[in-house]
Amino acid sequence: MKKLMTGNEAVAYGAYLNGVRVGAAYPGTPSTQIMEHFALYPGVFAEWAPNEKVAMDVAIGAAYAGTRALVSTKHVGLNVAADSLFYAVYTGLNAGLIIACADDPGMHSSQNEQDNRNYAKFAKVPMLEPADSEEAKQFAGVALEISESFDTPVIMRFVTRTSHSSSLVEMSPDEAPPPYGEPIPFKRDPQKYTMVPAYARLRHPVVEDRIKRLVQYAETSPLNRIESGDDTLGIIAAGSVYQYAREVFPHATFLKLGMVYPLPEKLIREFASRVHEVVVIEELDPFFEEQIRCMGIKVRGKDIFPMIGEFSPTLIRRCAAAAGLIQMTEDEAEAAAYLSDTAALPVRPPILCPGCGHRGMFNVLREAGVLVLGDIGCYTLGVAPPLNAMHFTGCMGASIGVAHGFDKAKTNERFVALLGDSTFFHAGIHPIIDVLYNLGTTTTIIADNRTTGMTGHQHHPGTGFTLQMQQTARIDIINLVRSIGYKKVDVVDPYLMDEFSRILEDHLASQEPSVIVALRPCALQMKEKKTPPQIDPELCSNCGSCLDLGCSPLVQEEDYVRIDPVLCNGCGLCIQVCPSEAIKQQ
Amino acid sequence: MVAGFVYKFVLQKQLNNSSQRLFGKNNILSIILMEVEDDSVRKIDFLMAGVGGQGTILASNILAGVGMELGYDVKTAEVHGMAQRGGTVESHVRWGEKVFSPLVEQGKTDYLIGFEMLEAARWPMYLNKESVVLSNSYRIPPPSVNLGKATYPTQDEIEGILKRKGSKVLWLDATNLAGSLGNPAMAGVVLLGALSNLVGGTGEIWLEVIKRLVPEKFVEMNQKAYLEGKAVHFS
Repeated sequence: MKKLMTGNEAVAYGAYLNGVRVGAAYPGTPSTQIMEHFALYPGVFAEWAPNEKVAMDVAIGAAYAGTRALVSTKHVGLNVAADSLFYAVYTGLNAGLIIACADDPGMHSSQNEQDNRNYAKFAKVPMLEPADSEEAKQFAGVALEISESFDTPVIMRFVTRTSHSSSLVEMSPDEAPPPYGEPIPFKRDPQKYTMVPAYARLRHPVVEDRIKRLVQYAETSPLNRIESGDDTLGIIAAGSVYQYAREVFPHATFLKLGMVYPLPEKLIREFASRVHEVVVIEELDPFFEEQIRCMGIKVRGKDIFPMIGEFSPTLIRRCAAAAGLIQMTEDEAEAAAYLSDTAALPVRPPILCPGCGHRGMFNVLREAGVLVLGDIGCYTLGVAPPLNAMHFTGCMGASIGVAHGFDKAKTNERFVALLGDSTFFHAGIHPIIDVLYNLGTTTTIIADNRTTGMTGHQHHPGTGFTLQMQQTARIDIINLVRSIGYKKVDVVDPYLMDEFSRILEDHLASQEPSVIVALRPCALQMKEKKTPPQIDPELCSNCGSCLDLGCSPLVQEEDYVRIDPVLCNGCGLCIQVCPSEAIKQQ
Repeated sequence: MVAGFVYKFVLQKQLNNSSQRLFGKNNILSIILMEVEDDSVRKIDFLMAGVGGQGTILASNILAGVGMELGYDVKTAEVHGMAQRGGTVESHVRWGEKVFSPLVEQGKTDYLIGFEMLEAARWPMYLNKESVVLSNSYRIPPPSVNLGKATYPTQDEIEGILKRKGSKVLWLDATNLAGSLGNPAMAGVVLLGALSNLVGGTGEIWLEVIKRLVPEKFVEMNQKAYLEGKAVHFS
């Protein structure tokens, strides 16, 4: 039987089928659903860790203890977990460990488009890249076998288009959990597991030797395959790019790489010798191309295809045609001309939802004219017009440290650090300690919507539930910051803008480091909807004050503003900002 | 060293003599002879365009499920996360004998399904003269229009953009039809009902797939929405 699955679902399924019983992750688009789906299988333990580094340590610990483990993360999450990845490559493991890591070329929902294939080379760890969901399932099994045979973590690389694309997956006829016995006993072996310099020096040669043996494995592994075709053009590709290229070059000879690091040098030489021209098609960095050039093989790649942005069959066809590799049909050539038709259409960027508590907070911050050093989450949307109320976003947890830097540089700006509850647990606790410890004056606003919003409402240490919906201790942010030593801590509902404004001014005027918790559960998650207010067109002066809230139900008509009752959540912020008292609660 | 890995992605044949000559015997364990697609291979591509939160992902899952029931290879592609917060979203659904790319290629879609008028207008580069555009005539003004800084194009202007290549454009008041059944958010399912008249598959198949994919308490309502759309006949 076949089932339609996303790559995320399929790798979770493959991991489960192959005996993985411990999983850990922090949510991050496009990887989030890997752990959400893994958590649903019987007999597994799966957790949302506070951040990716903790998740990585948990999964490594489980693998040391002799149980196969899975950690999943988005590309930038591996930056957070990199320290742990590197020691695990030195120590090796006891049972298999898969690191499922999803890149986001084109930055659909990320702050950068780093190419995490570079981590494989950097950390000296094997990396597999599935091209569809069936491969995601199968490669999970192979990854575990490689992990145990070579005593190394294995990274499975995804991109948005393999994580969030669905394709057919052959289901195992036996849905019951496969037999998986007691954990393999952990052997106390400090020379292998305790990375003091003397022992780490002994491990480095093991790592180098391992990579050499992995090259031998890659030469003959069915993960890499040649698909014979016309010998004029030989294309080297992996993952979703292979799928696009297969459509653009139906007659070419392909080297389809399922193992993207280390590369099979002999196989690539053999392939190159059989075709007239070798072209590497790869998204983002010239990762294959540079290595193949170092082998002394003539190849084209980034002279034809861009280093920036996401690929598609369309892009590959246009670049290949411009380079003279193929001819485009009239229809294909004409499609590009339509871009100008759409250039004049009003754009539709993502915005805060109707009823979002962040909106009231941003309105207050904008009115106060403060510099907002922000962070990663739904509230990053506060940067967009008309709110225009975020002036920096870098990575998870950066807001507070950057604010402390502004403080110590003696800025003339009035500034705040701003981050969400899940982001606070992820990477906000250490910098908030830093502010207090190093005599800072920063005011940190924690926009607490009681969920991990942008990734689709995942639990976190402050919600009182685990990923597998067990009730648990709810870590209280207010008590936490008080116990760290913060004296000036206030909680305010961001719907109450006057009160928020008063508290903000009080904190900004103070020389004491302080915390404001802007508490309002996510409107999407609460699914509560009050009766929408109405605007009296007679009283409306069409001044635009309400429109400056950037709330989608507020619609500009000829000479007044109207509220779309289908979209409106009834939060009442617009009633508060209307100077003409034209907006009335029904 | 690594055992038990069965490779079954695509048709795998034993090396025959000619390919052994071509590639040599050494170092290559896995040569797969693909059956090269020719251009006449049957495929149907769908591009769904809407606003984040409008239910394009559910609709694309239903469409993919119907494709499976009809015996096609099926792939879909969509975007989660930031794009879902009221921004422009597009979902790709592909049916075919063998589908490689989950993304539809520009100039090659068979159907463009607009969940909102302006969103339909963004994708003319995917159309050709055989394409059919089926769009909801509902409008959700984007922030710049609400602020009075941009103008929402008229239905005629949008139709002009979509018809330039000779594609057929069909409008449906799907949000209001869905609203009359109790929930305007079912507009996507109404559109699928109208689409089913164009692409085939018995009503039973569609109703069954809807039943499988929609939460139980909403099944009946969504099946009604599907039938409401299916009852629409375009002149």
